[in-house]
Amino acid sequence: MSTAVALQDLACGFPIPTGDTYWAVRDLSFETPAGSFTAIVGPTGCGKSTILNVIAGLLAPSAGRVLIAGEPLSALNRNATYMFQQDALLPWKSVIDNVALGLLFAGVPRSDARRQAQTWLDRIGLAAFAEHYPSQLSGGMRKRIAMAQHWVMERDLLLMDEPFSALDVHTRQAMESELLALWTGSGRTVLFVTHDLEEAIALADEILVISAGPASRVVSRHVVPLARPRDLLEIRTHPGFHELYGRIWTDLRREVVRSRERTTA
Amino acid sequence: MAAGVLIVWQVLATRRLIDPFFVSRPSAIAGRVWEWMASGFIWRHLAVTLEEAVLAFVIGTVLGIGAGFVLARGRRASLIFNPYLRVLNALPRVVLAPLFLLWFGLGIWSKVALGVTLVFFVVFFNTYQGVRDVDRVLVDNARVLGASEAALIRHVFGPSALTWIFSSLQTSIGFAIVGAVVGEYLGASRGIGYVISQAEGTFDTTGVFAGLAVLSVCVVIVGEAVARLERRLLAWKR
Repeated sequence: MSTAVALQDLACGFPIPTGDTYWAVRDLSFETPAGSFTAIVGPTGCGKSTILNVIAGLLAPSAGRVLIAGEPLSALNRNATYMFQQDALLPWKSVIDNVALGLLFAGVPRSDARRQAQTWLDRIGLAAFAEHYPSQLSGGMRKRIAMAQHWVMERDLLLMDEPFSALDVHTRQAMESELLALWTGSGRTVLFVTHDLEEAIALADEILVISAGPASRVVSRHVVPLARPRDLLEIRTHPGFHELYGRIWTDLRREVVRSRERTTA
Repeated sequence: MAAGVLIVWQVLATRRLIDPFFVSRPSAIAGRVWEWMASGFIWRHLAVTLEEAVLAFVIGTVLGIGAGFVLARGRRASLIFNPYLRVLNALPRVVLAPLFLLWFGLGIWSKVALGVTLVFFVVFFNTYQGVRDVDRVLVDNARVLGASEAALIRHVFGPSALTWIFSSLQTSIGFAIVGAVVGEYLGASRGIGYVISQAEGTFDTTGVFAGLAVLSVCVVIVGEAVARLERRLLAWKR
């Protein structure tokens, strides 16, 4: 299988007032096969978002290489869409115009773009809200619209930065199922950052544990052997789930403790 | 409330408890306004004042939006021009009026210039703030979706700045009218400011109040129109 994303000895530093450099990420390498669903877990402040920013091309790394489908990345990544943790819908555009936004930027005529956006709204069951503004919708609905906004672009790589962390448990589970339904059979690669290990196991093919910052790197990789399609309502009671959870948690726990020691020290 | 004030004013002035020479009487003022409207006298002057105000508003807004975008998006431009703009803004613009009279003459352009210096800064600071105020995530998200700089301005920064500009519209329109009237007041041969200044010159308080009344009604009408436009264009906020 071909490689969708490869990071080689990545380092990202930011200048700090003392004149030194704060290394958010250092000597970080991993690769993900095309079409896979990879979750990245790690303690708070471990540079997970930095990694996605680099892959999206929003942040230039201080050192190391980023290969997207084998090609070095130099500017904004045109193969990827990026779903942020915060709400990123434009409040002054209606739901349908928000979904059509990327197509408009790509030069698709407005009527075509709106038609394609409409099919996506049908798919996520929000067709009735096409002319509403984001502020008139619930948080869960806004997340679904944000997903449609990115999926409509039909790009090969989907970066997601704790996209559901602000939602309540039930909405969250519904969103996770919806994401899996969209992804299954699409052939796209997903990189999903989360601090929630259960969410990572439920969704991903493979889980990367990132060490506590600064100078985060990949601590361990775990393949999730659970069969697909997965029933997210039942998966947490699966015996394999707990065995895996226990195994990854020993790694993650160590990093969480280190992260706490560093922030309180 | 307003009616109460007018009635008390009328009664006090008619009974000579206060001297109508200084404050006139509402009935006399209404009569004067009516007389002006009937003879067409006031329309000529009002038209000139409004023309100046509209020109000042349009020119000041265009310059303000342009400068706001350039300075908010360009780091270097911001570093170079910001100090100058701050100094200019700190200047009391009224003292410039005599200079503008000298430069642009007694006609409408000296008033327009004064109005522009007032409107420009209101619009400029609001545009600047509006562009700077945009949530970083909105910009990143749009860029990931493929927005060029032009598309960012049109779909992201523009609408954000617009909400700021709109919220300051009442102020900037008010300033445009202030610029016109003050300019006329200081030297002109036409306009409401000129009418008021003439009336003051002859101790005609009725004329002064009548001029002020006409002006206030105008400002209220324009303000209401702006509020309606704002409600329509900013529908997404509700």
